[in-house]
Amino acid sequence: MTDVADPEAARTAPASTGHEAAAHPPTTTGLTHNKVAMWLFLGSECLLFGALITTYMFAKSRLPAGEIGPNDVFDIPFTSVSSFVLLMSSLTMVLALSALTRGEERTFRVWIAATALLGGTFIAGQVYEFTVFYNLGLGYTTNIFGSAFYTLTGFHGAHVTIGIVMLMSALVASLRGRLSARNAETVELIGLYWHFVDIVWILIFTVIYLFPQ
Amino acid sequence: MTTTSEPPLQLTAGEQLVRPSTSLGVLSRPKGDTGWQSWLFTVDHKRIGIMYGAAALLFLVMGGVEALLIRLQLAVPGGSVLSEDAYNQVFTMHGVTMVFLVIMPMAAAFANYLLPLQIGARDVAFPRLNAFSLWCFLAGGIFLNTSWFLGGAPDGGWFGYAPNSGLVYSPSNGMDFYALGLQIAGIASLVSAINLITTVLNMRAPGMTLFRMPVLSWMLLVVQFLLLFAIPVITVALFLLSFDRLFDANFFNVAAGADPLLWQHLFWIFGHPEVYILILPAFGIMSEVIPTFSRKPIFIAIGFMGWGVWAHHMFTSGMGPVSVAAFSLSTMFIAVPTGVKILNWLATMWGGRIRFTTAMLYSVGAVAMFTIGGLSGVTHAVAPADTQQTDTYYIVAHFHYVIFGGSLMGMLSGIYFWWPKMFGHKLDEKLGKIGFWVLLIGFNLTFGPMHILGLQGMSRRIHSYAADSGFNLWNLFATVGSFVIAVGVLLFFWNIGVSRRRARGAPPVGPDPWDARGLEWMTASPTPTHNFDRDITVTRQDEFWHRKWRIGDDGKVTRIARSEDVAHDGSATDVHLPSPSYWPFVVALGLPLVAYGLIYNLWITGLGALVILGGLYAWVFEPPDDPEAHAHDDHHDADPSDDSGNGASGGGTSPNGDGEPDSGDGTRQLAEAGVAGGPSAQATEEQP
Repeated sequence: MTDVADPEAARTAPASTGHEAAAHPPTTTGLTHNKVAMWLFLGSECLLFGALITTYMFAKSRLPAGEIGPNDVFDIPFTSVSSFVLLMSSLTMVLALSALTRGEERTFRVWIAATALLGGTFIAGQVYEFTVFYNLGLGYTTNIFGSAFYTLTGFHGAHVTIGIVMLMSALVASLRGRLSARNAETVELIGLYWHFVDIVWILIFTVIYLFPQ
Repeated sequence: MTTTSEPPLQLTAGEQLVRPSTSLGVLSRPKGDTGWQSWLFTVDHKRIGIMYGAAALLFLVMGGVEALLIRLQLAVPGGSVLSEDAYNQVFTMHGVTMVFLVIMPMAAAFANYLLPLQIGARDVAFPRLNAFSLWCFLAGGIFLNTSWFLGGAPDGGWFGYAPNSGLVYSPSNGMDFYALGLQIAGIASLVSAINLITTVLNMRAPGMTLFRMPVLSWMLLVVQFLLLFAIPVITVALFLLSFDRLFDANFFNVAAGADPLLWQHLFWIFGHPEVYILILPAFGIMSEVIPTFSRKPIFIAIGFMGWGVWAHHMFTSGMGPVSVAAFSLSTMFIAVPTGVKILNWLATMWGGRIRFTTAMLYSVGAVAMFTIGGLSGVTHAVAPADTQQTDTYYIVAHFHYVIFGGSLMGMLSGIYFWWPKMFGHKLDEKLGKIGFWVLLIGFNLTFGPMHILGLQGMSRRIHSYAADSGFNLWNLFATVGSFVIAVGVLLFFWNIGVSRRRARGAPPVGPDPWDARGLEWMTASPTPTHNFDRDITVTRQDEFWHRKWRIGDDGKVTRIARSEDVAHDGSATDVHLPSPSYWPFVVALGLPLVAYGLIYNLWITGLGALVILGGLYAWVFEPPDDPEAHAHDDHHDADPSDDSGNGASGGGTSPNGDGEPDSGDGTRQLAEAGVAGGPSAQATEEQP
């Protein structure tokens, strides 16, 4: 069974027993364990970022007057571009999964590589931004805004980096001929994680950069 | 393809569970099901559950010794057993140990052992992640306790209020151990929550709808959801504390304008659900024990408790009158579902023919003690009263009635109840009952007087008190009581030894010694590795009980079958089970290394990170566990989400690049997932 024509079937069937799924629903919900677990994990992550964003808002509101703050460092046009780059990576992620479920492995590799590259560009932008901020005098320990800002964006950056590692692993697996339409669910799960991280960034970008005061 | 074509995997002791795979030529899976390796590398939910329980009891002894030290210090005015500094460390570690290393893992022990059995499954959804949770918890607990030998234990109280927990007021490394140790234990809880929720949602036996699940399964499921959403918040709080202490961040630095109340909010958003995390498993256990020994089905009414009351821990923190009033009302409302729960236990017992076994005694005792704790709790909902009671011994009395009287006694009830299922013999009833009464008397002698002390104005956490403050008598009572408790606990351990010795050569206890109701009693005792011989089709609540008893039209209950005839005898040999694995243990070993490194030397952190990374890769590259699997690609579990150590790892996806519908792959899916009712080789059981 090298090809799953019906993407719906590919989504609901476990990766390696897809051909049996119709006859014996393998799980109570019909979803694979991995997918249920990934959704639960992302649900938990919502609270993690929720607490981090709240902490940031709380900390920023207590920044003593006269200290270096959001308005002194933020470069909205630059961050808008890097946010756009990250959002586009969600699009390429969708295209990658779609190509894999259709069995077009070569196209899949192109899109998955593009996704990783866009993610890498975003991280490079973040490193550049941190460097600029540091040179402007905002270190991690400078004040309460610095601690909260670097912690929140750093946690998000770490999540993106882990996502890039997953994307690269998928690419390597595909190059070795180990990813095909029948185990597209693995890529779908990476995609879920990737989209989640993007959505969190939309929230962070809005809350931190667009409403700095 | 069906797995029936596979040769059976023999499970008899001493035989190889797995034939070594030649897949990559470098890795293999552990073999054998006896000896220390079979415990260290096991992925069997029952062994993991037993180890969780053993670890919790070990930590109970440590936390108990700390409690005795506190009571010795306070026995007489001006005590000199402990220095002020040592006293701070001892009461902090007593709280941290009892909450995070005793009650929570004890609940995890019951969850691991009983959840799969009660829903009729073979194992949990992710057996290797389950093993990882255990070792991760143990790593966190041991890491935390090594602080005693490395310059002092945490000394900021179990809830580590900022800025007391900062470098200025707590300059030793103790609070670093607190933040990092609880972080590691938190990872264990989070992974375990994802794993167990997936198990309950996805692996129930045919016909086992959510509302046919036993109350204990329900309570444990709710607890896992609470953990899933509460742990990330404490994770953030602990990260902030660590960053403040290790990297000079400013989250709780008042001089930089920070508000230390941030810690209290984050901590109690976690902390209030934590109270339910501590008590609900015990509720579930009582809900199994009481109907069994009242010989009646339980009178069902479950109240799901809310989140919105965390701030009642903070009335005195100066939040403002509106928030105080709001939290005050919601705290009072909490009493309602709890009261309902107590009433339905009473209703269950009412008119039942009660058998007072040790398990039943502990359950009834727990209901009674919890009721007292609940009543004193309601008085906190009144904000002005709370203002008087906060940080006095009244609060100490209150939460010990809830957590010790409710949770711990409930869990002791569970231990007596399920001991025969876990080990194949009962604990001695006579010793058990003596132990119960000693414990109950000691408990009330210790914590009853603390109500009075609190209302007299004795603050908690004080290192000593003056002879003329009027606290002398009741403190002495409490100290005597605490040693009576210690005797009760020792009797419990003695009972384990005595019963174990007596069980040698005694007739087997049978699958269902208590005439109970859950599916876990429908298989041999001790539970065979594969749990059930056949899939069980469930048609109603308390399926097993209804297969033994019939309720006639006149309401009379008559026995229609012997337990032995209904239960499986555990003789099946054709069950595929997941193989043991080295890597959960290895990955968990890396975490304390990372933590030590953060405190002492970042090179150690790097080493720990390498151990974790290597362990995860090995985890991913582990060969499939089926002896018939061949050296093709299905060992290459390319699920790269393993890299993040998140919940998606360790599952059954084994991408199979060659696209050949081979037999090994499907078998692995089954074995790894242990899906009951999945593409399984067992015939579905006939209805009686």
